[in-house]
Amino acid sequence: MSVVELRGAVALLGRFPALAGIDLSVEAGQTVLVQGPNGAGKTTLLRLCAGLLRPTAGEVVVLGHDLTAERRAVRRRVALLGHSTGLYGDLTVAENISFWARAAGLSGADSESRASAAAELMGLDRRLLSRTVNVLSAGQRRRTSIAALAVRRPELWLLDEPHAGLDQAGRNAVDSLISEAVGAGATVLVSSHELERVRSLSPRVVTVAAGMVVADSSSRASGTERDVEQGGAPDA
Amino acid sequence: MVDTTTTTASPGSRLLGLTTLVGLAGLILFAFVLTEPDVRLHPTTGEEFGQFDAVRLLYLHVPMAVLTYAAFLTCAVASAGYLLKRRPWWDVTAHASAEVGTVFCGLVLVTGSIWGRPVWNTWWEWGDVRLMTTLVLFLLFTGYLALRRTPAEPQRQARRAAIVALVAVLDIPLINRSVEWWENRTLHQQSTLAELKIEDLTLFTLMLGLVVFGLVFAWLMLHRFRVGWLEHAQAGHEVALAIAERHAEMETLDVDAAIGRTGGAR
Amino acid sequence: MLNREVRQMRELFTDAGLVATRDLRIEARSRVLLNQVAPFALLVLVLFGFALDADQRTLRTFAPGLFWVTVLLAALLAVQRSASIEHADDAHTGLRLSGMAAASVFLGKAAAVFIQLMVLEVLLAIGIVVLYGSELDNPVLLAVTAVAAAVGVATTGTLYGALASGLGARDTLLPILLLPVLAPVLIGATRSFDDALGAAAVDGWAWLGLLAVFGLVATVLGALAYGAMIED
Repeated sequence: MSVVELRGAVALLGRFPALAGIDLSVEAGQTVLVQGPNGAGKTTLLRLCAGLLRPTAGEVVVLGHDLTAERRAVRRRVALLGHSTGLYGDLTVAENISFWARAAGLSGADSESRASAAAELMGLDRRLLSRTVNVLSAGQRRRTSIAALAVRRPELWLLDEPHAGLDQAGRNAVDSLISEAVGAGATVLVSSHELERVRSLSPRVVTVAAGMVVADSSSRASGTERDVEQGGAPDA
Repeated sequence: MVDTTTTTASPGSRLLGLTTLVGLAGLILFAFVLTEPDVRLHPTTGEEFGQFDAVRLLYLHVPMAVLTYAAFLTCAVASAGYLLKRRPWWDVTAHASAEVGTVFCGLVLVTGSIWGRPVWNTWWEWGDVRLMTTLVLFLLFTGYLALRRTPAEPQRQARRAAIVALVAVLDIPLINRSVEWWENRTLHQQSTLAELKIEDLTLFTLMLGLVVFGLVFAWLMLHRFRVGWLEHAQAGHEVALAIAERHAEMETLDVDAAIGRTGGAR
Repeated sequence: MLNREVRQMRELFTDAGLVATRDLRIEARSRVLLNQVAPFALLVLVLFGFALDADQRTLRTFAPGLFWVTVLLAALLAVQRSASIEHADDAHTGLRLSGMAAASVFLGKAAAVFIQLMVLEVLLAIGIVVLYGSELDNPVLLAVTAVAAAVGVATTGTLYGALASGLGARDTLLPILLLPVLAPVLIGATRSFDDALGAAAVDGWAWLGLLAVFGLVATVLGALAYGAMIED
């Protein structure tokens, strides 16, 4: 069953077509690396899959729901890590994680155990948990917001440059989070400039440029990669 | 398909405009020349009283007030329509009627004030329900138009504007009621239409005013709507162009250089 | 069928409580209301005193109106602060994706603003007694009016705070949008206070009806409209 199915999807930011007709199909349990130059539409692609944007043309089906008709259907089953942390600066790390757990509909006891598991996974130790987010470093905030998403155990992870701003331990934590999620049957779309790192986790690489998919390693045989190579790579 | 229309006029709208102009000329003739000033004789003292020439302003003021309320009602209905149907047609209609309504609301306040000076002996009457309600209404829609002018994504703006318009219109009865209780008096009902001698010519002129301003309303709405619609079409056209541009961009884009080589080690 | 609705209602209010507690906890940590908004409100009372030439009889006569104008000005700040909590680090996107009902978020945020407004009103009441020499003739009417008006201001404010945010021109847009809508609250609450403070001979209880209707309509409408607003 495909978890993400995009056909000719167009999404606008104002009047700018950030996605200019994108085709993508992702099967359940896959990890897909989305790469591409700045401004290619990677972030918009992930936001579209989360149901945050209304596609203006084409088809967008996520987890079996047509997002042109019911954008909210996939909420709670999808986790999106964006560029902003989505945290409340005056709350502590623990308060943030437990708020987001309970906001996602988890009950008290359930949310506490999952929260501590997620915090442990992201390497947030006990001392850090009681600090307010305001005093944290950028990397620590990033870890916190990933942990706050992980408590929900989403079926589809949409990670927008999850490694950005993290130290080595943090990057490793993200990697183990991804493999753990996939091991539990989740699907992961991850945009990253850390090609080598993500490539080791994901056999499939999708290249996005100018709001379209220009190359897909899973369909290498179909010849879509040619376009890119004609694009003037020095050693093509 | 590219819409190359550059004008908001059509033969029909030109005819309507012409009719409106003739109507306005006729209205001015009746209101300012042919009708009599409001002069009454006091039954016992024989003194002259009434609104004198100021009454002539009412032939403009009353139709414009009716038009204002019609425009804001249109805006509310179109806003509700937009929230339910999410079609740009409703949004453009709401925006057009709000603009036309706000302009006429301002004119109603100005003409009313000018009229009030000789008749009520004041430019402004705080205790009057309709006056206060109309002023707050004007301010509410000033806010609406301010919201319309913020740079925002078109759909987001349309949705928020629709909510503001609906809240504004729902607020009217409450404002009306609160001002009514506030001072518990109104000059409008006592001293204007009810007491006026409605003669044949007066009544005719008033009706003529309603019809003529109805035409003005229709004409303005038609053009304002078409401007909005052209803007909408232009936006769609720009998006189509931008999509084509992005497709062309891909041909020349050096993807590999931007992301590092796609195959093998870096 | 009925069970499901009961459960949904319970979830609605549990979530609203969650949001309200969070906003109040943030206020308890950051003290924006206590350290900035409340002193500002008291300052406005003092400025009115300067503007009206510190004539205590005049001040006492107009205390009800000055009180509520001050509440509205301070409410603008409280509402803006409440909206900025969600927008500072894009938490509102997370809320949308959390699947929590928009009505819950609305009710929770409005409840938090309501409680803050009540604190402000108590401080301002002390302010007009001390500075303007107002006498609390009818404390019950005073308290009920304060609550009813705060409900209307908090709900309308929360709706409009969200509406004016995320548009690029948020700080300047809110007053022109919000204040005209609150005109009936200003008139009603002022008249009611006229009675409660013995400033004018009116029937304050009659005005409570208007405030109650406003508060009720604003709560229901806000809960319905908030979803359409943040869903873009």
